[in-house]
Amino acid sequence: MAGTLEFSPDDRYNAFITTCKEAPFSDGVLAGTPIAVKDNISTAGIETTCGSRILEGYVPPYDAHVVELLRREGAAIVGKTNMDEFGMGTTTETSAFGPTTNPIDTSRVPGGSSGGSAAAVAAGLVPMALGTDTGGSIRCPAAFCGIVGFKPTYGRVSRYGLIAYANSLEQIGPMARNVEEISRLLSVIARYDPRDSTMIDRPYKHQPSVDIEGLRIGVPEEYFGEGVDARVAETVRDAISVLEEMGARTVQVSIPGMRYALAAYYVICTGEASSNLARFDGLRYGPAVDTRKPWHEAYREIRQEKFGAEVRRRIMLGTFALSAGYAGRYYAKAQIARRNIKEDFERAFRSADIIAGPTMPTVAFRLGEKTDPLSLYLSDILTVPANLAGIPAISVPCAGSVDGLPVGLQLMGRRFEDERVIDAAYAYEQGVGR
Amino acid sequence: MKTIIGLEVHVQLSTATKLFCSCSTDYQNDEPNTHCCPICLGLPGALPRLNRKAVEHGLKVAKALKMNVLEESEFARKNYFYPDLPKGYQITQYDRPLAVAGTVEIEDDEGHEKIVRITRIHLEEDPGRLIHVAGGSSYSLVDYNRSGIPLLEIVTEPDLRSPQEARRFLNRLRSILEYLEVFDGDREGALRVDANISIEGSERVEVKNISSYRGVEKALTFEVTRQKNLLRRGQSVTRETRHFMEARGITTSARSKEEEQDYRYFTEPDLRPLRVAGMVAGIDLPELPTARKERFMAQYGISLNHARTLTGDPRLADFYEEVAYVDPFLAATWVADTLLGELNYRGMRITDFPANRFVELLALIRSGTITETVAVQVLREMLDTCAAGRPCEPPAMIVKREGLVRGESEEFAEIVRDVIAANPQAVADYRAGKKGALNFLVGQVMKETRGRADPRELGRIVAEYIDRGEV
Repeated sequence: MAGTLEFSPDDRYNAFITTCKEAPFSDGVLAGTPIAVKDNISTAGIETTCGSRILEGYVPPYDAHVVELLRREGAAIVGKTNMDEFGMGTTTETSAFGPTTNPIDTSRVPGGSSGGSAAAVAAGLVPMALGTDTGGSIRCPAAFCGIVGFKPTYGRVSRYGLIAYANSLEQIGPMARNVEEISRLLSVIARYDPRDSTMIDRPYKHQPSVDIEGLRIGVPEEYFGEGVDARVAETVRDAISVLEEMGARTVQVSIPGMRYALAAYYVICTGEASSNLARFDGLRYGPAVDTRKPWHEAYREIRQEKFGAEVRRRIMLGTFALSAGYAGRYYAKAQIARRNIKEDFERAFRSADIIAGPTMPTVAFRLGEKTDPLSLYLSDILTVPANLAGIPAISVPCAGSVDGLPVGLQLMGRRFEDERVIDAAYAYEQGVGR
Repeated sequence: MKTIIGLEVHVQLSTATKLFCSCSTDYQNDEPNTHCCPICLGLPGALPRLNRKAVEHGLKVAKALKMNVLEESEFARKNYFYPDLPKGYQITQYDRPLAVAGTVEIEDDEGHEKIVRITRIHLEEDPGRLIHVAGGSSYSLVDYNRSGIPLLEIVTEPDLRSPQEARRFLNRLRSILEYLEVFDGDREGALRVDANISIEGSERVEVKNISSYRGVEKALTFEVTRQKNLLRRGQSVTRETRHFMEARGITTSARSKEEEQDYRYFTEPDLRPLRVAGMVAGIDLPELPTARKERFMAQYGISLNHARTLTGDPRLADFYEEVAYVDPFLAATWVADTLLGELNYRGMRITDFPANRFVELLALIRSGTITETVAVQVLREMLDTCAAGRPCEPPAMIVKREGLVRGESEEFAEIVRDVIAANPQAVADYRAGKKGALNFLVGQVMKETRGRADPRELGRIVAEYIDRGEV
């Protein structure tokens, strides 16, 4: 059943940077299924920009491993979705190609950085999409747009072909309207790839189950504390009680290292980013530098002109954090904080099988509402711990809402227990009859 | 004034593929940018995958230099911008290198054995190469064929005391690496050196960019002289980095300490830590140059000098061992004192010349079938044929074709008489007691006989003729 899928969506939310009018597909478990791919995942023959002017016109000569797998299983790659530039944002507003709006309420942001993928799924333009999650970039837009988004265990999905923002933190993951679709897409993309040295050969072959009898759900106080909207907290507590009714029981856990999570996260991700983004110099791809100028001047000019303000800010922060004389105070300390958080989770997972809390401290912001970078960074507080610890985490929509806006229930599991996280989310979804 | 020198030697490891991708390393005769892929071009999204062979090569070196291999080493990023560096960082090893604390034995300037301590060795990738277009063009070209070639950086302690010692160290190091079959020293750019030089009690200067063996001694000699002259004039040496201008044989200031680059090293997040210490025990080292030199002296009874020359290059040593059975002493003399020079003169390698033909030549010499003078002629002819790419003729055929079999002295009586007759002045000089005159006459006879006569015997005969007054 091979063929070509015609795709001409009414993209009123600016979910896509590129759409493919005719998307070829082949046989396989996803035969003919239209799938949107975040624009930081390399697609051979399809422009891949990372939402940045500096990659405008760049057409990768190769497919990311996940894209290879999608094509092999018959998926039709119908387009590349909008995103915060290089994944650096929580709203999709830093995209060089304009913001994406939230299909639930177009005056609001879809979340970020995989806002385009979330909006495309929420608006019904595609049944499923790929996002990437460095500090919450799948789960945040899933929560804000009322869909499901899953960040797998670090090392479960190949990063080969994912244009790096912060290598040690990020994973590619599925986004869809329900957990079953998440599981189906994950079973296609979570297959071993020797080209990613940080990958572990643990293919995902799992059928979601609602049986959560005896499941111990850890509820960390830190996830319901300061900065978390009371109504959001309440909605999430209601969701957790649904799981209790289905046979799970809750236990108190604590992640004291959360105090330093954001600081550690922003030092590590900007440090890595400052290095990852050094290759964008206009020499080999993207808009070309002026070769008549001395190379360092030409580099400076094109990087100043083509990188957006938030990207430049993070490159500068990261460069500073890694500089001689400061690296010990920032980068090395951040690694310690990261290790502490990892250990906190390991401890918590001795008494709990799953840890639950809100995905985001609030519901979706209004477009342009958050202009101060620091307050935006603060909204990542509940998602970054999973990236620092490398554990699987899902955001599944709560049955309840706040002011008619969706709230995400976040469920986290032990490393390589992605299946258990999927089951818990599936059980909740089935339990509330979505 | 005591000279203190430490070296950082970068050698290209001879692997079939690059350090982090499967591109071939055999690009020397190919067009620019034809041995590239998303990984070594640093395309967005590409990830490095470590070449196992390069690690094994590194471990071999570690074992040969008696180093400690770290239980866990790691790769790091060295961040800097340059057009030949496609990712904007070089993947190298920083505070946890592959191995530390080793030794290399050399001879000091007095010929005594000396230990040079090796601080560390680590793996890293080579950047690409800039090609500056001739004729004052406003741009340069970039060739990424070299990008990702595996390099091993070998860092010494500041144990070297003269430029000559540094050269001997490099020769020894090259020899060890070639014995280990991890390095091909004939490849262009296969070895590059940065040197730290100071005069005891003064600041240290780093000279970068030395890309040949000869360059090292030249650069160091220049730099040592420069620093000593400064100190003699009562000035001080500035701590700085200098570049070696190979063509002019001088070093020039590149940047001072204050302007030193900050490379912002951090752990490479795309690669796992390297735990390979356990592999060392399973590595079988070949016989190394020092051991082979000693064996040559014991087994073949040849001199220290010959043994040292013959074992410097493993291929040369192999060649010697193939031909030695004819007559170890004769073979050593002919390989070390004659063949090597003739090869160098033609820019040939020992592997370009078939050992069996050399065996035949030695046999002709040993049996007295040809004189040494003829043997040199025949050798030259064989080498010229090889150099021209034609099959090497057996020496016996050359001898036969050209009638070069050693003649009995009586055969040359007529020539001797003619030469004596044609050179009355030389005869008179000889009679007047000038020994040199006899050599001249012998030379003339040799020329006429095309070397077929034994010069010693000829000397006796010519003297006899003159003494007998037959002319």
